[in-house]
Amino acid sequence: MFAAMALTPSELQRTPLYGEHLRLRAKLIAFGGWEMPVYYTSILEEHQAVRQRAGIFDISHMGEVEISGPKAPEWLNSMLTNNLDRLSIGEGQYTLMLNDHGGVIDDLIVYRRSETGYFLVVNAAKIAEDVSWLQDHQAEGVSVLDQSQLFAAVAVQGPNAAKVFRAIGELPTRNHFERFKLGSVPMLAARTGYTGEDGFEAFFPAETAAEVWSAFLELGQAEGLTPCGLGARDTLRLEACYPLNGSDLSPETTPLEAGLGIFVDLKKTGFIGQETLVRQAEEGLTRRLVAVKLPPKSPPPRPHYPISVESEVIGELTSGTQSPTLGVGIGLGYVKIPFAKPGQPVEIDVRGRKFPATVVKKPLYKRNVSA
Amino acid sequence: MSVPEELKYAETHEWVRIDKTIGTVGITDHAQGELTDIVFVELPKVGAKVTAKQQAAVVESVKAASDIYSPVSGEVTEVNSELENNPALVNTAPYAEGWLFKVQLEEGVDLSELKDAAAYRAQIGAE
Repeated sequence: MFAAMALTPSELQRTPLYGEHLRLRAKLIAFGGWEMPVYYTSILEEHQAVRQRAGIFDISHMGEVEISGPKAPEWLNSMLTNNLDRLSIGEGQYTLMLNDHGGVIDDLIVYRRSETGYFLVVNAAKIAEDVSWLQDHQAEGVSVLDQSQLFAAVAVQGPNAAKVFRAIGELPTRNHFERFKLGSVPMLAARTGYTGEDGFEAFFPAETAAEVWSAFLELGQAEGLTPCGLGARDTLRLEACYPLNGSDLSPETTPLEAGLGIFVDLKKTGFIGQETLVRQAEEGLTRRLVAVKLPPKSPPPRPHYPISVESEVIGELTSGTQSPTLGVGIGLGYVKIPFAKPGQPVEIDVRGRKFPATVVKKPLYKRNVSA
Repeated sequence: MSVPEELKYAETHEWVRIDKTIGTVGITDHAQGELTDIVFVELPKVGAKVTAKQQAAVVESVKAASDIYSPVSGEVTEVNSELENNPALVNTAPYAEGWLFKVQLEEGVDLSELKDAAAYRAQIGAE
């Protein structure tokens, strides 16, 4: 029924939490060159834990790049799409790094640590490419340091995440970060995440990883804190319509096509890829990343399934899964612009059979904010 | 890991229960455990011909779609339509309510390539 898993562990990198994953008997898979847990017990259970209580994810595979120097603010602003001038010290911002044609190299969060110091958190599979792109364009008076090996990181996500953190301190406000101490371990904690829930991401020295992981699990015990793998991370982010680089974003797609225009400042002075985006904004887009939803009892949509309208193929899914929260198939895909409006009926081709679906407004899931 | 004695097993993790000329087909406890969280099952049509070792159904978990091969050749006489409403039955009762389809066995069908419980246990490394 399924072929033996083509895992070649020797070629894969492992995070400092690998031992903890083995102890918890996680099911491991290869992801972006890393051997990571896809789930510990079940994707559905872990998904629900994050939506209803709290989940903890190993995100140590992600990269950390330190940018500093007197020219850093101006230079980094020319490398990224969002406007760094709007970022105050202690604040983070979602942004994109583009190639010369406006295509996406990586999407990342940039944190401002000081007047001239920044901390980039980038995708695991893109660390080497991002760092060499930055270094190839490096200006005088700017230092670019890949610190990915020095840091381990976890994301704690869910309505109870702030309570899990309470013994350490009061979490900063949304998109802000602060320095904390967990016992004697220094950490940086940011009110950010990739699940559509409240939560934080904490960065700490790699050698303290197992200690911090265990400490959080203990602090979170009363809050139902559950170890969660990449499987739930993917279903959670897809419900929240957060794009995944390498699937929904690529060197051939621009942030405008991906619907990420609010993270692009077309008016700021010169950034790589700007000409293409300005032209796209003037001439109009030809395709756009949309969310689709299938009716109950349809097969789950998957990446690369064709999207069609009246037998004409108008696009392709880049992500897809069965939504654990909605109980139906959901996906993201690029479609030709006349078909990109919410309400548009489309068909998804599943193994040669067409199933009806509808283009819907993003996000597919939004948490109730009561506070 | 449950491997009932009275069933025959394919190397690809399907089971078949032979009752005179009818074979009932499902996937093993081991298989459902590996797949986890089954959310959709695509079954053959009643009347369709299935061939041993050929794809006959698709089982989808949250993460991926997996082909199911028929362990026997013959004509599909019945499918488990309950799975349309409750695909998780394949997880919770793989040898009972989670069966997939029934086959009218071809005359002179050769079952010698299928494994008995002991051989399948050995294959999956179960006690």
